[in-house]
Amino acid sequence: MSSSTFSSMNTIKSSCFTTENHSLNPSSIIPTSSFLVSTHKLRFNTPTANSPPCFIKNRQTHIVAVSDVKQKQLKSTPSVGNLLITKEEGLELYEDMILGRTFEDMCAQMYYRGKMFGFVHLYNGQEAVSTGFIKLLKQQDCVVSTYRDHVHALSKGVPAREVMSELFGKTTGCVRGQGGSMHMFSKEHNLIGGFAFIGEGIPIATGTAFTSKYNREVLKQADCDHVTLAFFGDGTCNNGQFFECLNMAALWKLPIVFVVENNLWAIGMSHERATSDPEIWKKGPAFGMPGVHVDGMDVLKVREVAKEAVARARRGDGPTLIECETYRFRGHSLADPDELRDPSEKAHYAARDPITALKKYMIENKLAGEAELKAIEKKIDELVEEAVEFADASPHPDRSQLLQNVFADPKGFGIGPDGRYRCEDPKFTQGTAHV
Amino acid sequence: MWGILRQKVVAGGGSPLVRIRPAISALRSYSSASKEMTVRDALNSALDEEMSADPKVFLMGEEVGEYQGAYKITKGLLDKYGPERVLDTPITEAGFTGIGVGAAYYGLKPVVEFMTFNFSMQAIDHIINSAAKSNYMSAGQINVPIVFRGPNGAAAGVGAQHSHCYAAWYSSCPGLKVLAPYSSEDARGLLKAAIRDPDPVVFLENELLYGESFPVSAEVLDSSFCLPIGKAKIEREGKDVTITAFSKMVGLSLKAADILAKEGIRAEVINLRSIRPLDRATINASVRKTNRLVTVEEGFPQHGIGAEICTSVVEESFGYLDAPVERITGADVPMPYAANLERLAVPQVEDIVRAAKRACYRSVPMAAAA
Repeated sequence: MSSSTFSSMNTIKSSCFTTENHSLNPSSIIPTSSFLVSTHKLRFNTPTANSPPCFIKNRQTHIVAVSDVKQKQLKSTPSVGNLLITKEEGLELYEDMILGRTFEDMCAQMYYRGKMFGFVHLYNGQEAVSTGFIKLLKQQDCVVSTYRDHVHALSKGVPAREVMSELFGKTTGCVRGQGGSMHMFSKEHNLIGGFAFIGEGIPIATGTAFTSKYNREVLKQADCDHVTLAFFGDGTCNNGQFFECLNMAALWKLPIVFVVENNLWAIGMSHERATSDPEIWKKGPAFGMPGVHVDGMDVLKVREVAKEAVARARRGDGPTLIECETYRFRGHSLADPDELRDPSEKAHYAARDPITALKKYMIENKLAGEAELKAIEKKIDELVEEAVEFADASPHPDRSQLLQNVFADPKGFGIGPDGRYRCEDPKFTQGTAHV
Repeated sequence: MWGILRQKVVAGGGSPLVRIRPAISALRSYSSASKEMTVRDALNSALDEEMSADPKVFLMGEEVGEYQGAYKITKGLLDKYGPERVLDTPITEAGFTGIGVGAAYYGLKPVVEFMTFNFSMQAIDHIINSAAKSNYMSAGQINVPIVFRGPNGAAAGVGAQHSHCYAAWYSSCPGLKVLAPYSSEDARGLLKAAIRDPDPVVFLENELLYGESFPVSAEVLDSSFCLPIGKAKIEREGKDVTITAFSKMVGLSLKAADILAKEGIRAEVINLRSIRPLDRATINASVRKTNRLVTVEEGFPQHGIGAEICTSVVEESFGYLDAPVERITGADVPMPYAANLERLAVPQVEDIVRAAKRACYRSVPMAAAA
């Protein structure tokens, strides 16, 4: 049954961007088995945007439902051009998702061969979320992630060889081997970690969004419209910091998009068992921002929702909370035997593999041929192999690297570069010294 | 008080860290027409000047704006710089500290105020994991030019949960710089250096010192004035015993030094100013001169600042010690409320005097308490 929503990708079935509280519409629910979390029932197939009068009278919403827009577009261009993506975009999305999948599979292999160690959390199955969101961003936009950050790094543009070296602990890694799997940072690509504590990245992301707004309003950089995406999971949505930041982001109208990758499981704790109200998107309107639920196994749906949310943030209209229903095919980490999840649940989501889905869409809609896609897969295979070779051949960090980079300025500001105290320099106290 | 004034006048004329010349020459060389400034005004003026010099500096914290600051440190800044740069936050330490760290990652310079450092425990994940460790974890790509400031340690009758001293906690973590000013000069100079510093700085003030006035020289009032981080100051020179202290305890140590001087013991009082990095060189040089050490702090004894200083001295200057190192700390109990008990739980001048005498073998050591 679920495949019906899956194949008709050119109508948006996600719930719409309103701030009112919806009540469940039972009329179009797909019958579910009990193991699927109630989020599955939340798919709203009704495209109407303006639901019953909202109880929150003071909230102004300028947001139009995505589904409304799409309906209008579909009506106005009835013939060719109903497709959500062009060929180039499609190939880009496909390549990115294949890169994510191949890379993660290679990580598993390398881990079991002992080349990678510690905590490694793989992203298989969730590629649609990373690709769907991050491929819409500019270089200066910021992505804040969690420990499951390899694919976010790859989508944001960090070269695969640097990520692989980092995982091997070599000095050519993106953070010279000092961070590891869970702490990927790249200033050049504006990838801010890599945080091991869940919920830790959310206030950081809110801070970078705050900087964007501050740059525009206080430092008067008029063209600064950088957006921040914060990725986190379902378990994080019970954490205090999440709510604190929803409040402050909505209060100060920060250009941030909160993306919940709801893969229904923490390590062995299912989302239903941990959460009083498992519908995470509902927590957005409680703080005055739109809450959206989208099928996270479908890259095109994610992309449509993401476009709207990112545009909203760039305009200055404030934050959005987007819950992506997705699934991780592997365990929580490579040390997790993954015994608690029902095999039929895994099979259900494996059937909705985002890569197979996109491939099917592109072939059915004549955007690309089988051969082209195979060529991309081959190219990525070679890229990942080359990344492993590069990482293998790279040197381990030098002993002297141990004590480096603790501080940006170890002497502290009061001591100048020549070793003398700045306050003793007469030019400094006159305010004429160049610092 | 006059003794302290005399020392300050000498210090104001030259570099603040040059050894204080004997008091005799001071009265001849310098006029005593120096301004007095409270620590509160010193901090306020430092924030004001740094905010006007660099538009990237902004304040955030509870009640820093419209209420003019819970302890009035940020008075007048909202009117001057507007609500975009002086942010009143909701009561969400973890959230707004993280926001500050995120903004610092991206090049702004936040000054995050904790109403007291006890509340920083709600945000300690961000101070340690996101701020202190980031430069290291990102191999130097992302530095965090943030300042966390607020009152630290015991106040008057505020009870156990509001009186904890966090100097030892934060100074055990690599990646942080921890400063503890005493006088107005310290407050101004160190806060300015902290704001301009490209690394995370924990700035431990003291509520009871906010209202105290200290003389400040014209140099201190200059808007470019700043003090080096990691250098202690010798507040008073001496020859018989070294007393190290920081924050409020410096005042008590100076009073103790006066009392000791009447009994013929000339104590050298070191104002640590910087807990991390600790100025081991100055402390060791002083101990090599006096051969005896008393460390004074307000916090709990186990794993405290005194323990670190003692070990440092034993490691580097063991041969020079003529007596065991004496440690004066707060009592090893959560702070009681009753006024007389609180007085017993915090070091007093008499305790420092007794310890110094013990170090000089002038009295019998007391039995260890409970």
